[in-house]
Amino acid sequence: MIETYILIPGRTSKQGVGISEGKFGETYQSEITCLQVASEDMISRGLTDGDWVRLESEFGQIEVAVKTARQDELPSGLLFIPYGDLSSRLMGGETHGTGMPTSKGFDVTMQPIATPS
Amino acid sequence: MATVTPDASSEHELKVITDATCTFCGCVCDDIDLTVDGDHIIKAKRACVLGKAWFLNHTADDRPSCLIQGQAASVEAGIERAAELLVSARYPLIYGLSDTTSESQRTAVGIADWVGANIDTTSSVCHGPTGMALQGVGEVTASLGEVRNRGDMIIFWGANPAESHPRHFTRYSLTPKGMFLPNGRKDRTCVVVDVRKTKSANAADIFIPVKPRSDFEALWALRALANDVELDANQVLHDTGIELSVWQDLMTRMKAAKFGAIFFGMGLTMTRGKHANAEALLALARDMNKHTRFICKPNRGHGNVTGADNVMAWRTGYPFGVNLMRGYPRFNPGEYTASDILARQEADAAMIIAADPMANFSQPARDHLKSIPYIAFDPKETPTTRAAEVAFTVATYGINVPGTVYRMDDVPISLRPALECHHPSDLEILKGIEKQVQKLNMKNAIAQSKNESLRPARDEFGSSE
Repeated sequence: MIETYILIPGRTSKQGVGISEGKFGETYQSEITCLQVASEDMISRGLTDGDWVRLESEFGQIEVAVKTARQDELPSGLLFIPYGDLSSRLMGGETHGTGMPTSKGFDVTMQPIATPS
Repeated sequence: MATVTPDASSEHELKVITDATCTFCGCVCDDIDLTVDGDHIIKAKRACVLGKAWFLNHTADDRPSCLIQGQAASVEAGIERAAELLVSARYPLIYGLSDTTSESQRTAVGIADWVGANIDTTSSVCHGPTGMALQGVGEVTASLGEVRNRGDMIIFWGANPAESHPRHFTRYSLTPKGMFLPNGRKDRTCVVVDVRKTKSANAADIFIPVKPRSDFEALWALRALANDVELDANQVLHDTGIELSVWQDLMTRMKAAKFGAIFFGMGLTMTRGKHANAEALLALARDMNKHTRFICKPNRGHGNVTGADNVMAWRTGYPFGVNLMRGYPRFNPGEYTASDILARQEADAAMIIAADPMANFSQPARDHLKSIPYIAFDPKETPTTRAAEVAFTVATYGINVPGTVYRMDDVPISLRPALECHHPSDLEILKGIEKQVQKLNMKNAIAQSKNESLRPARDEFGSSE
């Protein structure tokens, strides 16, 4: 089953710490490759922490592990991923005359996958 | 001024630098005490989690100061190659500049002028849309010191300082006891408007979970309330996901405040609407001044991204996305901004200073950057330095390098470096490139004038065209 969600890439403290430690280090890489999902959506999609999903936008696709978002941080239908290499692969090149690609709040589909390809 | 004192608690001699400046984020906290042991910072007193990671992990990287096509080279050879690339390019792009000193930013704009380049900063993919909105409606502004001493109504909209600017609350906006707020946090009301309940929302008195992609509608609803315009409750609920009564309550509190401040983040500028969202918020702050004192400020991310805007503005007249190819500056976001230029495959060479577009740009932009020769500057190895034709490993600003940075409220602050570094600063390299570019320009001009003098004069043969 594939369903559409709204993805919010954003900053986290751990991602910021990872930048200083080095972008190829464990802290940064583990943070930017983990998708946070609302607990209701985890249940409805039959997901548990550490499962893998494929996210696809109009412009690209990525494979990431999932974890349940903290308490009521995310409403159902909203996904969050720390901003970085993977989240940026889902952005398009069009900036609508601003210089800024639409980098938050865009539609993605989420499909559970057995293992990353 | 920074003072250096030996640490008495240690068995061997440690250096303590007081009032050092953290340049990780736009808060630019300048009250950090650093303890230095040899070539390491081992303690960063008063720094937040991000500041500690910044200071404790920026020892000089054990990489060559210059790599050309992945091979170690002298810095001088790198400078020569970089200058050749920029001078021979038909559409050179200079980009980045938010994590370096204003002295370096100034030199980079000079180089852009010498080679007729397009120059853009990471502002364009940060608060660039805010820069556009500022030109449209202006900004009612204040220093963070004024907010600390007077701000009794603090609103964060699409911003999560608890994670991105951890000392914002404690140093400037929420908990400090101010001149007119003797009880600190108790004297302030804090409101967070966001699509998700962030850590910042947990610190607020009121959290308004606005519907995703409806900031523009929500801000205009508030503007209407500020101007006593009647609204349809059903329409407001449908458009914003929030009951009209919640917005009315917020507006009542805003009008009752003595000094309100709205800090906003990339929740507005990166989401559909972008500059229109920022414009609505800036206009709301302006509207509120009919009732009381209200200001707004973007929460700036990188340590000197505000400096990048300032330096670009005082050197070219525009804050980002400036094209100097015709010998005078032209500004047009969408046309002269780095992400667009690369995604449209226009640039044929680039110089990236303290930025990582190979990790943060859209895939079409990355694909093109990878296909052209470019120069990269960074204290650490990044996806961008890895794919560079010329990669400079540079000393870190604020830790190894002195200079000036601008805090997010446009206040310039001096840096107090703690450590020596065997890598050169980006300023030294940029100055070298600028000099080399001038030499090559002179050489090319002489060669061109010789060619012209060898050409037959037009009147010998009449008009040839």
